Amino acid sequence: MKTKTIYEPTEGLTERELTYCPGCTHGIIHKLTGEVLAEKGLIDEAIGVASVGCSVMSYEFFNCDMQQAAHGRAPAVATGIKRVREDHTVFTYQGDGDLASIGLAEIVHAAHRGENITVVFVNNAIYGMTGGQMAPTTLLGQKTTTSPTGRQKKAAGEPLRMSELLATIPGATYLERVSVHDPKHIRKAKKALEKAFDVQTKKQGFSMIEFISTCPVNWGINPNDSLKWAVDNLIPYYPLGVYKDATEGDHNEK
Amino acid sequence: MAKMLMKGNEAMALAAIKGGCDAFFGYPITPQNEIPEYLSFHMEENDRIFVQAESEVAAINMVYGAAGSGARVLTSSSSPGIALKQEGISYLAGSELPCVIINVMRGGPGLGGIQPSQADYNQITRGGGNGDYKLLTFAPENIQETVDIVKRSFSLADYYRNPVMIAVDGLLGQMMEPVDIDKPVEEKESGPKDWAADGFAKKRGHRNKIVSLHLDPQDLENHNLKLQKKYDEMRENEQHYELINMDDNPEIIFVAYGSMARIARSAIDTLKEEGIEVGMIRPIAISPFPQKAFENLPDSVHTLLTLEMSLGQMLQDVQIVNNGRYTLDFYGRTGGMVPGTEEIVDKVKAILKGGKQ
Amino acid sequence: MKNDEKVIIAGFGGQGVMLMGQILSYAATAKDLNTVWIPSYGPETRGGTANCSVRISEAPINSPVVNICDTLVAFNEPSLAKFQSKIKKDGILIVNSGLIKDQTYRDDITVYEVDASKHALDLGNLKVVNMVMLGAYLKVTGIIEKETIHNVFDKLFTGRKADLIDVNKQALEAGMKAI
Repeated sequence: MKTKTIYEPTEGLTERELTYCPGCTHGIIHKLTGEVLAEKGLIDEAIGVASVGCSVMSYEFFNCDMQQAAHGRAPAVATGIKRVREDHTVFTYQGDGDLASIGLAEIVHAAHRGENITVVFVNNAIYGMTGGQMAPTTLLGQKTTTSPTGRQKKAAGEPLRMSELLATIPGATYLERVSVHDPKHIRKAKKALEKAFDVQTKKQGFSMIEFISTCPVNWGINPNDSLKWAVDNLIPYYPLGVYKDATEGDHNEK
Repeated sequence: MAKMLMKGNEAMALAAIKGGCDAFFGYPITPQNEIPEYLSFHMEENDRIFVQAESEVAAINMVYGAAGSGARVLTSSSSPGIALKQEGISYLAGSELPCVIINVMRGGPGLGGIQPSQADYNQITRGGGNGDYKLLTFAPENIQETVDIVKRSFSLADYYRNPVMIAVDGLLGQMMEPVDIDKPVEEKESGPKDWAADGFAKKRGHRNKIVSLHLDPQDLENHNLKLQKKYDEMRENEQHYELINMDDNPEIIFVAYGSMARIARSAIDTLKEEGIEVGMIRPIAISPFPQKAFENLPDSVHTLLTLEMSLGQMLQDVQIVNNGRYTLDFYGRTGGMVPGTEEIVDKVKAILKGGKQ
Repeated sequence: MKNDEKVIIAGFGGQGVMLMGQILSYAATAKDLNTVWIPSYGPETRGGTANCSVRISEAPINSPVVNICDTLVAFNEPSLAKFQSKIKKDGILIVNSGLIKDQTYRDDITVYEVDASKHALDLGNLKVVNMVMLGAYLKVTGIIEKETIHNVFDKLFTGRKADLIDVNKQALEAGMKAI
């Protein structure tokens, strides 16, 4: 009997077993990122920047050179790398605490300068690794360990929409928000990542793909229901879609 | 008073409320997350302020603002987060503002690890931030002592108009021990904060400015000399230490603080059972360094053995105060490794057998 | 009671290992004894082992760290493998025989096997496996009376959790009877 390989793990990821919690969509997002880098022939020369959060160990999973950044600083680290290695594919992989809280200045300025990097932004509206504290993207009324009675607008403001915010910055070239809660959306997300890395390859400037993600452990819901919760609660507030596409115009050509 | 079983981090948080903390500004970092989590609920309950800042840098600047307006303020973090706060701490010290900073130490450098460590000693006692300033820093060894110190720290900070730090390690933050949270402590008295930029200029009759900028070098020198007088007073009055087992003619004296001191106590007991007497100097405050503890040691002493969860930071202060009197030796574990009693016992025996290791 | 008890309790996350240790410490505190509870909080706790150590003593406790224990309570095989060597000579090992089977034990310790998983299932709630093990531990060591533990339940399980007090008491009883 002849066998035919119809699916195999991507070369874009190492063989290390992922350390994420069962049901966490980091697994899917890692796979998509790895697949895109491998399929586009970029993985061998790529340099990734790991951030601080649940994905702190991502330097063990992406099958390319990796550098760990301090909390929030990945876009600045990526800037340093890309400026001296401009013909290499440079990407960051960040959570919502890393990117939207402590790292807000770094992501805004990387976009503002139009750094030719790709940002993979995983938004699950909570701090996962440290045990479930409130994040800038936590929804109003959402209970976390530092918003025990639910996020209050008066005390903590409304949640931050990063794709929308960065879209106002001229230096940002391509911004899209996607989800991975079912196969259809996973395919669409992969296409978005392909587009983002194309922007980098064509030296068209800064790209970010924001993934709506889940955190079953800290949300206190099982993985299946978490996907549903994300669809019912996160997506209405963080609508999916393209927020900026300046690839047709020439003001972002480098 | 009946004791309650409490986790170190939570006990510190409750002690801060009881010590009169008006506002807490902090950020998540392991292993001190229980502090902001506890306060996110209980500060509001007690009609006080809680803000989870966007970063440790933002948090220390919120502390600076609130302290400048006359409030009793607390922030907490762990080693890498404390590193971020250094600029703000220098500003606080330079502007003569009171505040309390809790540091639940973990392994470094860089992101390091999350297990207990004492490798922030240099960061704490040698500035960390720029300029000639000092912190008043306590290093308690058990939760009761920590609670008592946290409660007192706000009035101490107010008195000296200086940041006060409480440095514990991850072990103390995470463990649970019985504690009498209402044990009375003596507050340090100081007057009203008539220096604060609290918005009452008209009523006061003059403006208050909270500033650390002094462009004229003579002005800046004078300002630094004024700060130095405070640090001289701290050095005079805030040397806190405990002497342990000095009466039975020990030859070797441990120098250790925090959880390391507790482990050393067990080593003292084990050695005593074998007929070997070892004493200990336990700094309870590490800044100012308790120089006085090193005076008048028993005649039997020939070696000071410094024990740290680092590769030798307090050792340098021991070297300075020792000034060549006794032989110095060192035993340390780092990276988050917590030593066992046996390792320290073995080290003592090795010294007694002959020579430094 | 004996002067100083050092116990390590180990299992995987979700088995109630931490709570079992805390309840011992709460009970010791209620009896005005000295006690320290230390959790493991390292990366091994992510989807893996959970363990805590408890010291109970009449005298003040110096080093809170337990390297060699008097008693090991092991809920599953990886915990047994990891911690069996830390039991002192002539120490005690209590295993959940529901999950730990066909093991080689040291010959210089006393081993008690309790099918805590089965007892918990019989009570209709697998989550009380830790209380079955606690009951066994109390019976073996005689360290604290069950009434003190009941008082701890009353203090800890309040509000909606109060409904759980009965099944936890039953689990405790089942563990004590199993020895």
